[in-house]
Amino acid sequence: MREGKIAVIGDKDLILAFKAISMEVFCADTKEEGEDLVKKLAKTHSVIFITENLAAQMDSLLAKYKTKAYPAIIPIPDGGKSNGYGMRGIKADVERAIGTDILFNKED
Amino acid sequence: MAERLNVNPTRMELKRLKTRLNMAKRGHKLLKDKSDEMIRRFMEFANQNKAQREQVEKELKSALTTFVVAKAVSDDAVIQEAVAMPSKKVEIELDSQNVMSVLVPLISVKESQEGDKYPYSFSAVTAELDESVEVMGGLLKSLVKLAEVEKTCNMLAIEIEKNRRRVNALEYVMIPQLEETIRFITMKLDENERSTVVRLVKVKAMIAEEVL
Repeated sequence: MREGKIAVIGDKDLILAFKAISMEVFCADTKEEGEDLVKKLAKTHSVIFITENLAAQMDSLLAKYKTKAYPAIIPIPDGGKSNGYGMRGIKADVERAIGTDILFNKED
Repeated sequence: MAERLNVNPTRMELKRLKTRLNMAKRGHKLLKDKSDEMIRRFMEFANQNKAQREQVEKELKSALTTFVVAKAVSDDAVIQEAVAMPSKKVEIELDSQNVMSVLVPLISVKESQEGDKYPYSFSAVTAELDESVEVMGGLLKSLVKLAEVEKTCNMLAIEIEKNRRRVNALEYVMIPQLEETIRFITMKLDENERSTVVRLVKVKAMIAEEVL
């Protein structure tokens, strides 16, 4: 049992909302800034929330962090709309594990 | 037909291969059972993950929308100042839990309230911000839970994939290879045996001819 910190990466306007509930917020507008931040924060923070738009751009980097328990890097929708990146992640997991997507198909 | 292993057709080798085949079959069965159970557990987590994500996305959307409204009606600096010193202290405790020998994260949140619920003076900001902060506060636990469940799903999916490769390698490569080699050695040994018998019969016949 150890203690950890939560970080939020996103664009400046939205992440302020997370600051209100005392998460540590970091602002990144471009892919490069985001990637640098993720690499840096992965060493110090155990849960990192990242806005979907940014996450979608740095897919390959995020894949590297999937095998270990910490840090957990989780995409969250930004602003009013979700581009479905988070849901696609779940879908990809199911496809990877079962071979076909049985979670989303059955509802269609 | 599977490729046979490059070994000498001797009795010792045969014995060794039979032990290996037994082991491979047992391993295959165990891994297959493991795979079944992992998939069952994974489906539970995946369903939970989906439900959790849907809920979080919905709530976060409304919270962020109110926040954007709050930002729009108030001055930027005022909002920055209002959220600069949160009244809540959030600490998370990290642990790990063993799901089918995959170490997945277990995260618990500890919140401690210091002073007022809203960390700013009401005279400076509008009611929209109150609402947004309120919803965000409630969302914290779900967000952390989502992080936990989603990570568990990620890790299990990767592990299931790895495990499936192992099962397939045993089932389609290793076990057929061993069986083929064992068949080959048995045939070879049988053939040797037969030729020995034939030789003995021949020699005996020759001796009998000489004696006569």
